[in-house]
Amino acid sequence: MAPVFEYAPAPESRAIADIAPSYGLFIDGEFVEAADGKVFKTVSPSTEEVLSEIARAGSEDVDRAVKAARRAFEKWSALPGAERAKYLFRIARIIQERSRELAVLETLDNGKPIKETRDADLPLVAAHFFYYAGWADKLDHAGYGANPRPLGVAGQVIPWNFPLLMLAWKIAPALATGNTVVLKPAETTPLSALFFADICRQAGLPKGVVNILPGYGDAGAALIAHPDVNKVAFTGSTAVGKEIARTVAGTRKKVTLELGGKGANIVFDDAPIDQAVEGIVNGIFFNQGQVCCAGSRLLVQESIQEELLESLKRRLSTLRLGDPLDKNTDIGAINSEEQLTRITSLVEQGEAEGAERWSPACELPESGYWFAPTLFTNVTQAHTVARDEIFGPVLSVLTFRTPDEAVAKANNTPYGLSAGIWTEKGSRILAVANKLRAGVVWSNTFNKFDPTSPFGGYKESGFGREGGRHGLEAYLDV
Amino acid sequence: MPSSALTAAHPLKDVAASDSALRRFLHGLPGVDAVGLEGRAASLGTRSIKTTAKAYAIDLAISMVDLTTLEGADTPGKVRALGAKAVKPDPTDRTTPSTAAVCVYPDMVAVAKEAVAGSGVKVASVATAFPAGRAALDVKLADVRDAVAAGADEIDMVIDRGAFLSGRYLKVYDEITAVKEACGTSARLKVIFETGELSTYDNIRRASWLGMLAGADFIKTSTGKVAVNATPANTLLMLEAVRDFRAQTGIQVGVKPAGGIRTSKDAIKFLVLVNETAGEDWLDNHWFRFGASSLLNDLLMQRQKLATGRYSGPDYVTVD
Repeated sequence: MAPVFEYAPAPESRAIADIAPSYGLFIDGEFVEAADGKVFKTVSPSTEEVLSEIARAGSEDVDRAVKAARRAFEKWSALPGAERAKYLFRIARIIQERSRELAVLETLDNGKPIKETRDADLPLVAAHFFYYAGWADKLDHAGYGANPRPLGVAGQVIPWNFPLLMLAWKIAPALATGNTVVLKPAETTPLSALFFADICRQAGLPKGVVNILPGYGDAGAALIAHPDVNKVAFTGSTAVGKEIARTVAGTRKKVTLELGGKGANIVFDDAPIDQAVEGIVNGIFFNQGQVCCAGSRLLVQESIQEELLESLKRRLSTLRLGDPLDKNTDIGAINSEEQLTRITSLVEQGEAEGAERWSPACELPESGYWFAPTLFTNVTQAHTVARDEIFGPVLSVLTFRTPDEAVAKANNTPYGLSAGIWTEKGSRILAVANKLRAGVVWSNTFNKFDPTSPFGGYKESGFGREGGRHGLEAYLDV
Repeated sequence: MPSSALTAAHPLKDVAASDSALRRFLHGLPGVDAVGLEGRAASLGTRSIKTTAKAYAIDLAISMVDLTTLEGADTPGKVRALGAKAVKPDPTDRTTPSTAAVCVYPDMVAVAKEAVAGSGVKVASVATAFPAGRAALDVKLADVRDAVAAGADEIDMVIDRGAFLSGRYLKVYDEITAVKEACGTSARLKVIFETGELSTYDNIRRASWLGMLAGADFIKTSTGKVAVNATPANTLLMLEAVRDFRAQTGIQVGVKPAGGIRTSKDAIKFLVLVNETAGEDWLDNHWFRFGASSLLNDLLMQRQKLATGRYSGPDYVTVD
């Protein structure tokens, strides 16, 4: 009898990321204390260890930062595009050079596996800066007329699930088009944005072009409401998105919102089963399911339900959960205690409503915030777990009989961010994709990103597009 | 008539009742998405295997090697040297496991058999007009019978790729069952698809099922004689096939990637594929093999490095 092939732990060294005991706000090219002296702590979700103490921005700091960005805007927007491109290319290269450090940092602060920060997040972050650097001197040819003008100061609020990637999505197009930026990272994951502030200094970026204000929702609200902010960009929950829409209604601010989702992953009976299983796993367990475009509703054709679920369960049993700094870890920690509580309560509600819960045998670490990969079967459209965004490693499995039924169920949601189609039949991919009300439709793959392709939602998943040529429009006066 | 591994009562026994039934079955298998398959193989290739896991993997890989010489210039002396190396791969460290087998042409089986006598190392032979397979069936069967009569424990047969690619699946099936019968009860049958010539992943999956239905004890990627041999992706695909075949029939079939695996690092990646696809039931040289000749020395050098903390060099392992 062969002994089991136990992989020895292969942790990445955390010494690569040199985290200071405290950080200030980054305003006008300098790290400064908050005006009211407030601070908060950021912890590592996998160990609950305090990583650093961070200055907490208040409305006075927001005002200071917006004023700095306004002053910087005059010079920055007047630079030729090719000059702005040089700075962006330089930032992109520094990100590549420091990618190992940033990957470790992001894993410590967010809880996601190093495998994902190293192989997905950081390459995409650099790619976004490279991509928009390329656009900076070609704005005349972007399809928005000759010499399109920047908007001014962009107030940007980003979430904790992809801290550095969301920063790149926001800052790269803003700078390429000549805007200046005040960005508020999420309170649970401020570190990579502060390291990015250091990268801006390393790149010699003029003072005030990028300002970083770690803080809570009050700082975000003050930023969005600030009268001298011309453009609001937000990624986060639908509830907050609605508040923002109310705040900016009637002002001249331009706004893009990238909100929640409840993506349908549709598997037809002629699908490549083994690859579909991988796509389902990638769709909902990537970043512990804390992905707005996660494929959290599996719609499987009834005729192959049994076979597919068996394969899926077998595959889930091979997922490795644990220390996110271990290079062999597939599933890391949930970002915060608050999020863990939300996931737990929604899953309990799913059970109470009669859906069948399943998880592989899986030992959870004692400290930190953890949730085992979970499947719900016997789910119907009427179940909460099929309607509400859980934002965790929880997959709801529903069935359908015909392509029309699949489309109807996939669209029967207040959201519309992403969807997936699995079939070997090309004509079916095109026919179904055309009927799905979702900003992104992946076929025979899931959760694939590229700076050149636009991303955004329908319905309560928000409006506006980020990425690609379309992503420029949100930062130009067109 | 030759009989396949499936008994009369088995639900899959009728799939080879006619050419059209067999075609319907093979074309009804789930498709393979190339991008997804290669992506999965690449992501498993990023597993980091260190320290105790690495030591375990290296010994396991050594025990899975089919140490191979398939040259026109093979002589008894060369085969005897290979046999000695298979039995004691590292004369400086007697804790090193033996390889699984030595793999030779049929006329060298008797020499190989003598060279490994009493060691537990098997003798495998590539019969059936290897590597092209372009000979009449009775010639192929005679080749197999010669090898078996000389004491071969395992027969590596090549399929008729021409028949497969032109859709004559039943012809391929019948040849495999005939060879299986010629192997008798003493030799296990490895069926080589030459995946590089089958070209598509869909074909490789169909060939895998065809081979298993016809009674293969092992399915093997390639001869090592063409441009594209074993890859992580085609091996992953074949591992999925044996896993699914066992789930449906209860019959376990082995997998042997061959050709192009030269480093310990590569070999360990293949073991990760086995571990996370087919599972630990296949982590044993009865169910998984490496068809390789130059891999062994790299495994030995890595093993010495783990034991001593230092790299030695090619002169610290035997040439063959």
